Amino acid sequence: MFDKEKIAQVKKATDNWNDTVIAKTIAKFPERKPEFKTSSDIEIKRVYTPADVEDMDYERDLSYPGEYPYTRGVQPTMYRGKSWTMRQYAGFATAEESNKRYKYLLEQGQTGLSVAFDLPTQIGYDSDHPLSEGEVGKVGVAIDSLKDMEVLFDGIPLDKVSTSMTINAPASVLLAMYIAVAEKQGVTPEKLSGTIQNDILKEYIARGTYIFPVEPSMRLITNIFEYCSKNVPKWNTISISGYHIREAGSSAAQEVAFTLADGIAYVEAAIKAGLDVDEFAPRLSFFFNAHNDLLEEVAKFRAARRLWAKIMKDRFKAKSTKSMMLRFHTQTGGSTLTAQQPDNNIVRVAIQTLAAVLGGTQSLHTNSKDEALALPTEDSVRIALRTQQIVENESGVTETIDPLAGSYYVENLTNNIENMASEYIRKIDELGGAARAIEKGYVQQEIQDSAYRYQMEIEKGERVIVGMNKFKVEEAAPKGLLRVDPIVGELQARKLADLRSTRDNAKVDAALEALKKAAQGEENLMPFILDAVRVYGTLGEICGVLREVFGEYQQTVIL
Amino acid sequence: MDIKAGLLNGDKRACARLISLIENEDAQAVELLKELYSMTGNARVIGITGPPGAGKSTVTDKLAKLLRKRNKKVGIIAVDPTSPFTGGAILGDRVRMSDLNTDPGVFIRSMGTRGALGGLSKAANAAVKVLDIFGMDYIFIETVGVGQSEVDIVKLADTVVMVMVPGLGDDIQAIKAGIMEIGDVFAVNKSDRDGAERTATEIEVMLDFNRGAAYRPPVVNIIAKDNNNIDKLMEAIDDHYEYMQNSGNYKIRKRNSLKTEIIDIFKYNVVKSIEQKSENTNIIDQLVELALDKSIDPYTAALRLLKELRSTES
Amino acid sequence: MDRPIRVVVAKPGLDGHDRGAKVVARALRDAGMEVIYTGLRQTPEQIVETAIQEDADVVAMSILSGAHNHLFPKVVKLLNEKGADDILIVGGGVIPEDDIPGLIEAGIAAIFTPGTPTSVTIDFIKNNLKRN
Ligand code: B12
Ligand SMILES: Nc1nc2c(ncn2[C@@H]2O[C@H](COP(=O)(O)OP(=O)(O)OP(=O)(O)O)[C@@H](O)[C@H]2O)c(=O)[nH]1
Ligand SMILES: [Mg+2]
Repeated sequence: MFDKEKIAQVKKATDNWNDTVIAKTIAKFPERKPEFKTSSDIEIKRVYTPADVEDMDYERDLSYPGEYPYTRGVQPTMYRGKSWTMRQYAGFATAEESNKRYKYLLEQGQTGLSVAFDLPTQIGYDSDHPLSEGEVGKVGVAIDSLKDMEVLFDGIPLDKVSTSMTINAPASVLLAMYIAVAEKQGVTPEKLSGTIQNDILKEYIARGTYIFPVEPSMRLITNIFEYCSKNVPKWNTISISGYHIREAGSSAAQEVAFTLADGIAYVEAAIKAGLDVDEFAPRLSFFFNAHNDLLEEVAKFRAARRLWAKIMKDRFKAKSTKSMMLRFHTQTGGSTLTAQQPDNNIVRVAIQTLAAVLGGTQSLHTNSKDEALALPTEDSVRIALRTQQIVENESGVTETIDPLAGSYYVENLTNNIENMASEYIRKIDELGGAARAIEKGYVQQEIQDSAYRYQMEIEKGERVIVGMNKFKVEEAAPKGLLRVDPIVGELQARKLADLRSTRDNAKVDAALEALKKAAQGEENLMPFILDAVRVYGTLGEICGVLREVFGEYQQTVIL
Repeated sequence: MDIKAGLLNGDKRACARLISLIENEDAQAVELLKELYSMTGNARVIGITGPPGAGKSTVTDKLAKLLRKRNKKVGIIAVDPTSPFTGGAILGDRVRMSDLNTDPGVFIRSMGTRGALGGLSKAANAAVKVLDIFGMDYIFIETVGVGQSEVDIVKLADTVVMVMVPGLGDDIQAIKAGIMEIGDVFAVNKSDRDGAERTATEIEVMLDFNRGAAYRPPVVNIIAKDNNNIDKLMEAIDDHYEYMQNSGNYKIRKRNSLKTEIIDIFKYNVVKSIEQKSENTNIIDQLVELALDKSIDPYTAALRLLKELRSTES
Repeated sequence: MDRPIRVVVAKPGLDGHDRGAKVVARALRDAGMEVIYTGLRQTPEQIVETAIQEDADVVAMSILSGAHNHLFPKVVKLLNEKGADDILIVGGGVIPEDDIPGLIEAGIAAIFTPGTPTSVTIDFIKNNLKRN
C-alpha cells in the first residue's frame, strides 16, 4: 500500500527525529516512565508512523464494513443503519421483582432484556436445596420451574423483545423454559430471538458455575446447536465469552486468544457431532469486555473480528460469510470500577462505552457506579444506560464507521494483538486444544499471573487507580445500596412445596425417567428436557438426573 | 490442649497439633513420639508418586473412598513444594479430596517441603507415625511430584504406586532411571485418553529389563476421575504387600528404612548440636576462616568440629 | 515466630469469584505463609474440618456474592463448637459496610473490602494471631 522508498524515508526521518530532537528533549525533561506498555505488555512507542504499518494491505487486512475479514465491522452500515442494542444485565430476588425491573428498563428505552440468574439456578440446584441456603435470589433471579419463568416474562411479549440469558451449565433447561413460556403466550419458537451464554469452557476457566464434566457438557451444547438450527433459527445458541476471562485478570490479548480458542473447541465439537459448519456457525456470538485503555480495546475488537474470520475460513473451511462474522456483545469492565469515590466510575464507564462503540459492538451493557459495592440501584442503572444514550446521540462517533481505522497506532496495535492471540492459540493447539489446556491449568495460570501482576502494580503505585491508590479522600460509608431480602429463600421454598403438591407427579417422574434414558444414550436431549419442563419438572430435578448420569466437573486449581 | 490424651481418643485437633509441633521441630513432639513409638506399626503405608498433574491426588481420593467403604480409617499426607525464596507454599492437593474432608474416618494433612529434597518433607516420617498412633489403618503419602529424585518415599512406604499418564513422551525417558527402583505398582491413569495402551506397553518394556527379579510390578490402566479400575489398583497394592510379607522382603525394607531413619536423626542431631554450640563459640566461622586462608583443610576442620562436640558432651 | 503461619484460604458457598481469593493466597505465600487453598463451593463444615486437620493459624474466607451474613458466622460457630477457638478468622470480598459490625460481633476479626492492598491483610494476620 505504501511506496517502499517513501517508507524508507519515513524510517530514516523518524530515527533522525529520535536521535536529535527527542534525545535532546529527554536529556532535559525525562519522560514519565522508562517504558510505556499496554495491558497486554505491548510496548508503546513515542509515535507511530506509516513505517509501523508498512505491510498493511487495505483490501486484505481491513476491507469494508460487512466485508471479509470484517476488521471494520460486520454490518455494511453499522450504527448509521441502527444503533447497537442497549442491554443491561439485571435480575434479583424473585421473578415478580425482576419482572418489574425489566418493565422499568424497557420503559426507559432499553431495547433488549438480559437476565441474571441467582447462583443456585446457575449451578442447577432448586431454591430448597441445602447448598442454596443463603444464596437464593442474592445475585440474580431465582428460577426453579416453568412457574417462575411464566412470572418473569409476564406481560413482556416474547416475539417483540430479544432476551439474553446468562446461563451456562443448565442452559438447555432455561432455554426450554423460555420456549415453553413463549408457547403459552402463543409465540412459536421460530419467532424467538435472543441468546443463551451456554459457554462452559470459560466457566471452567474463569466464572465457576460449571456442573458437568467436559464431554457431557460439550454434548449438551452441540445438542442445543442442532436443536435450534432446526427449531429456533433466530436464537444465538452460544455467547463465547471473553468477558469473564478478562475480569478474572487477563490482558486484552489473552482475552481474545482464550475466547477464540474456546470458540475453536465448540466448532470442532459440533463438526465432530456431525453438524455442517455453515449450519450452526452463523448463530455463534461472542461477548467481550471493554476496559479503560481506549485504543488498545478498540484494536482488540478489530483484531478479534479479523482473526475469527480467518479461522472460520481457513481452518474450518466455512463457506457462508455469516459463519465468518464475529458478532459480539460487550460489557464494560467491572473490575476497573472502584468502591472508593464511586462517582468516578461513571467517567470510566463512559470511556469504556466509547471503546465498545468505536470497536463496533452489536450490543452493550454499561456497569453502574455502585459496581464494587452491591447490585446496582435503579438510579445508578439509569445513569449507566444514559451513558450509552449520550454516546449514541451526542458524541458523533456513530456517524462514520470504524473511525479509528488508519491510525498508525491502532492498526499496529490491531496487528500486534492478532499476532499475540494467534501465538497463544498455536500453543493451546499444541497442548491438545482448549479443553485440555484448561484441564492442565495452562489458561488459568496465564490469567492468574496477569491478575497478580496487575494487583502488585497497583500496590506498588506503578499503576494509578484514581481515588484508590492516588487522589484519595476520606469517605463516609455509601448509603442507599440495594439489598435483597433474605426472605426470598423462604418464598421460593414455599412455592416449590406448593408446586410439588399440585403438579402431576407421575408425569414428572415419567419425563425425568425418559430424560435419564436419553442421557445414557446418544440422542439429542433438548426434546426430553422440554417435556420435563412442560410438566413442571424443576431445574434441580432435571439437573439432578443429569448429574447422576454425567457426574460432576472437578476444577483444576493452579496458583 | 492435652495432645497425648487427644491423640489416643481420636481428637483430630490433637493429631493435627502434634504434626505441627513435629514440623516446627518442637522438643515436646519428640518426647511424645518416643513415648508412643511402641504403638506404631499397625498402619499400611502407601506412597503415591508420579509426574505433576498425573492424577496423584485424584487417585489417592478414589483409593481412600474405596477403603472407607471397607470401613478402614484413612490418613493422607500430601506434600507440595515450599518456595526456597520466601519459605511460603501453596498447598493445593486437598482440592481433589473435598468430599473426604468431613468424613470422620479420614484425616488429611498438607505439608510444605520446607527445604527437604527428595519429594517429601522432613516431618513426613514422623507424621506417618502420628497417624499410625492415631489409629489409621491406611496412610497415603502423596509426594511433591516434580518427577526426578522422589526417592525418599521408598523409605517410608510399604508400597509405592507410580502414577503415569499417556503422552508423557520424552518425560518417560527422564523418569525411567528412577522408575525401576521406585515403583512397586504402576498405574497408567487417564486411560480415557489416546495412547494409554502404548504407555502401558512402554512401561512393560522397561520392566522387561529387570526380568529376572522375583517380583514384577504390575501395570494397571485406570481412569481415576471416573473411579474406573480403582479396585484393580487396590488389588495390585494388596498383592504387593502380600508378596513383601511372604518373601521376607518386608522385613528387609523395614530394616533398611529404620537404619536410614536412625542415621538421619543422628545426623540431624549432630548438625544441630554443632550449630547450637557455634552460636556461642563461633567455632564454625572460625574454622571457615582458617580454611579460607589455607591454614587448615576442610577435612581436618570437620574432624575438629566433631572433637569439639565430643568435648562438650563428656 | 520463625515457623511459617498456616492459612486456610476458603471460598464458602456457591460464589465463583475467585480472583481476589487467589490474589490474596499468592500474596500470603509470597509473605512466607503456608496457604491451603480449598477451591470453590465449600460448605462451612468442610472449611472447619480443613482448618482443624491442617492445624491452621488462620481461616481467611472470601465472598463476593452476598451470602456473607449467612456463611461467615456459621463457620465461626462450628469452629467454636469444635473447640478451635484459637484460630484467627478473617474475611474479604464485596461486603457492605453496614454488615461489617455484625460480622465482627459474630467473631470475624476483620473484613477486607475491594481496594485493600494485600499488604494490609498480611500485616493484620501477622499482628493478630491468636497463638504463637
Ligand atoms: C471480577 C468480577 C466477576 C468475574 C469473576 C472472575 C473471577 N474468577 O473471580 C465474573 C465476570 C466471572 C463475575 C461474575 C459474576 N458476578 Co461479579 N464481579 C466482579 C467484580 C467486577 C470484581 C471482583 C474482583 O475480582 N476484583 C478484583 C479482586 C482482586 O478484588 P476483590 O475480589 O475485591 O478482593 C480484594 C478485597 O475484596 C479483599 N479480599 C477479597 N477476598 C478476600 C479474601 C480474604 C481472605 C481476604 C483477607 C481479603 C479478600 O482483598 C482483595 C485485594 O484487595 C465485582 C465488582 C467489583 N468491582 O468489586 C463484581 C461482583 C462481585 N459480581 C457480582 C455478581 C452479581 C456476579 C454474578 C453472580 C452475576 C450473575 N448473576 O451471574 C456472576 C457470577 C459469578 C459466580 N460464579 O459467582 C456482584 C455481586 C453483588 C453482591 N455481592 O451483592 C458484584 C459486586 C458486581 C455488582 N455490583 O453487581 N464477576
Ligand atoms: N482425563 C482424565 N483426567 C484426569 C484423570 N484423573 C485425574 N484427571 C485430571 O488431571 C488433573 C490433575 O489431577 P490431580 O489429581 O490434581 O493430579 P496430581 O498428580 O495430584 O497433581 P499435582 O499434585 O499438582 O502434581 C485434574 O484436572 C484431574 O481432573 C483421568 O482419569 N482422566
Ligand atoms: Mg496433587
